[in-house]
Amino acid sequence: MSNLTRRGLLKSGAVMGAGLAAPTFFTNMAHAYTNAPTGSSVTLGFNVPQTGPYADEGADELRAYELAVEHLNGGGDGGMMNTFSSKALKGNGILGKKVEFVTGDTQTKSDAARASAKSMIEKDGAVMITGGSSSGVAIAVQGLCQEAGVIFMAGLTHSNDTTGKDKKANGFRHFFNGYMSGAALAPVLEARYGNDRNAYHLTADYTWGWTQQESIQQATEGKGWNTVNNVLTPLATTDFSSYVAPVLNSGADVLVLNHYGGNMINSLTSAVQFGLRDKVVNNKNFEIVVPLYSRLMARGAGENVKGIFGSTNWHWSLTDDGTKAFVKSFGEKYGFPPSQAAHTTYVQTLLYADACERSGTFNPCGVAEALEGFKFDGMGNGPTEYRAEDHQCFKDVLVVKGKENPTSEFDVLEVVEVTPRAQVEYPVDHPMFAGGDLGKCNPGA
Amino acid sequence: MKHLSKTDKSTFILVAILALLAPFILNPFPEGSAMAQFNAGYPDLMQRFAIFGILAIGFNILFGLTGYLSFGHAAFLGVGSYSAVWMFKLLSMNIVPAIILSVIVAGVFSLLIGFICLRRSGIYFSILTLMFAQMSYSLAYSVLTPLTNGETGLQVYNDDPQYLMGPNSSEVTNLFGLEMRSTFTLDVGPWAFQFNLGYYVCALFLLLAFYIAIRIFRSPFGLMLRAIKTNQTRLNYTGLNSRPYTLAAFVISGMYAGLAGGLMASMDPLAGAERMYWTASGEIVLMTILGGVGTLLGPVLGAGFIKYFENIFSKINDTVLHTWFSILPDGLENAIVWVLHFFVGKGWHLTLGLLFMMIVIFLPGGLMEGGQKIMNKIRGKKKNDKDGGAKAAATPAE
Repeated sequence: MSNLTRRGLLKSGAVMGAGLAAPTFFTNMAHAYTNAPTGSSVTLGFNVPQTGPYADEGADELRAYELAVEHLNGGGDGGMMNTFSSKALKGNGILGKKVEFVTGDTQTKSDAARASAKSMIEKDGAVMITGGSSSGVAIAVQGLCQEAGVIFMAGLTHSNDTTGKDKKANGFRHFFNGYMSGAALAPVLEARYGNDRNAYHLTADYTWGWTQQESIQQATEGKGWNTVNNVLTPLATTDFSSYVAPVLNSGADVLVLNHYGGNMINSLTSAVQFGLRDKVVNNKNFEIVVPLYSRLMARGAGENVKGIFGSTNWHWSLTDDGTKAFVKSFGEKYGFPPSQAAHTTYVQTLLYADACERSGTFNPCGVAEALEGFKFDGMGNGPTEYRAEDHQCFKDVLVVKGKENPTSEFDVLEVVEVTPRAQVEYPVDHPMFAGGDLGKCNPGA
Repeated sequence: MKHLSKTDKSTFILVAILALLAPFILNPFPEGSAMAQFNAGYPDLMQRFAIFGILAIGFNILFGLTGYLSFGHAAFLGVGSYSAVWMFKLLSMNIVPAIILSVIVAGVFSLLIGFICLRRSGIYFSILTLMFAQMSYSLAYSVLTPLTNGETGLQVYNDDPQYLMGPNSSEVTNLFGLEMRSTFTLDVGPWAFQFNLGYYVCALFLLLAFYIAIRIFRSPFGLMLRAIKTNQTRLNYTGLNSRPYTLAAFVISGMYAGLAGGLMASMDPLAGAERMYWTASGEIVLMTILGGVGTLLGPVLGAGFIKYFENIFSKINDTVLHTWFSILPDGLENAIVWVLHFFVGKGWHLTLGLLFMMIVIFLPGGLMEGGQKIMNKIRGKKKNDKDGGAKAAATPAE
């Protein structure tokens, strides 16, 4: 034992230490589904555009998410949790676990959105991903969530394809779609402008633009309108004068702008500058229609939106209890009323949390089952149903008009009519939504 | 390997070790600690490091050696991804046919574009390539929608033909049954290291790409390309036709981009048009310049640097900042968060831009020059006479 040296002691001590700290091996197979929360908290992933053309919408969505998390964890005044018809949420997080969140920037690019969603799933352990301000991104992330085995609660996505040919079992959409816009707008347009109109469409040249144009054309032709022409405009167009000029000599007396965001602001401004709205064609006043409106867009277009019809998913000036509660808590926190993007993302977060509570698990299959066919009220849109067959919410749709005398920069739209749900409903196998396959819910792992 | 010189061999071995041990190296902070935010060792980002590394190495063969600045390289990446996804749709989810086709298609496509664009040099060449890439983007975004699925991006659907798909075939991308997404998690104390099969496939391709790049750099062909960069006019006066050489370099780097695109689709079977947008091409140029133009290792470092910022810094939001500085008094905490707010989260572009500016101004040779300076400092001034030689070898592109 005399050769017990200081160095030898240190060495054997180090070996023993390493042995004690021996790695514990286990694989993901231990869990029944992807990212099963193990601690006292659960992580949600908020994936919104923070840079790029829809950054404004993204910022408003993020505000709504933060508000929803605050309410779920019992902070603030509870917002729509008080008016929500389901009373499963208790303000103690979800299933007793504190709600935490991670955020990411989609940059309104499918690749960036998927990279950011993947890092939330693989690195941060998010059990649900939500967000998106354009249909391309929403569809891309929805596909990813289906593969990875987490729930996707779509944010602002209006294309028919999201719950049509690209629908997925793990994806859910609360927002309305192009078909509903057409079905809600057509009767109002008929009542105001008559039924022998000639419509000229300018359409953003990508999936969303096409599906919306198709929906509007079909709905208006059903009321007796004639479609003179449909011109596709590249997404990057900023100067629309060359597209607007031919409208004057086409014999059309209505211009439909199937544009969104900056595109719509520019095309509408261009059309108004050309004096289209002062023209009289076929003995009728020339009219402009913007099928999908948002408050942020209307604000961008300023004076030009006055008196122009369109549709939205929700508007803060509604007077039901849910809307009032939401506008109040949002306004108190941020100092201005929420946009429809904020509303839909807030509602989606509560709906997800509620479905977890009701099914008693975060397992995507359990949550999906709880959401399918779920009927609820008190969320600002009246009685609403998540249809089981395509995971699309069915509810009333608003037809709005640019306000003639706005009282503030947020008060630019007025609700003309609340189109009842029955009028915008369609069968699952409607040709505009055909071709998709929901598939089976995927819990991952 | 035996064809490599001693320094090249050690560089290659260094890259190999870094690539194989990446799950450890990129995950230095324990799970749950405040610094875990900076960990990059999760499958998706590691795959991206390797894939964009391949892309930048390929771009460097063209830009670093011949000096031809292509502003449309993203087009080849996009074409590669589209071909790969089509293979998944038509054959099966096996990545081998997908990657082979993506390299071939990108090669043919670059031959076509290169044949036209290489009739000009300098800025005119850059503009021509930029134009072709934007044209490809616009076509993919709308006109060619039946082929590319437009804005939504090309995806694999349940009702695709997939002729080679058997009843037991995997539904996700795989290499003869080995699924790309399968990940083995090694828990060591508070650390969790993720070993992802997809990443190792990418890493092997990166090593292969790196090896080929070394061989090209050291070959007579590589020397000819450098001659073009140094003085093309003089080269032409010697009676030598330089265009076949530039075209070959262009096609090789196009095929590298196609490989990267194919791998990207293999890791995540979706191809979107914005992959071809001009900003994506610009990003490749930035990666190469940031890392060090004309160096072997630089472009890989640059690619990693940019992807790290895009994925890690963009996810730091105000809530995270508040938890970091919560020990400070409230006023100070808010002040610090208010300042940092502009540099993280949605401000990650600003941070990256500032760093890029500093590197271009103070280290025109990119990160590689920085590394070299540090190495020289460490080694001291004992090799004053050798310094000149080392500098000449590391001279970056203009």
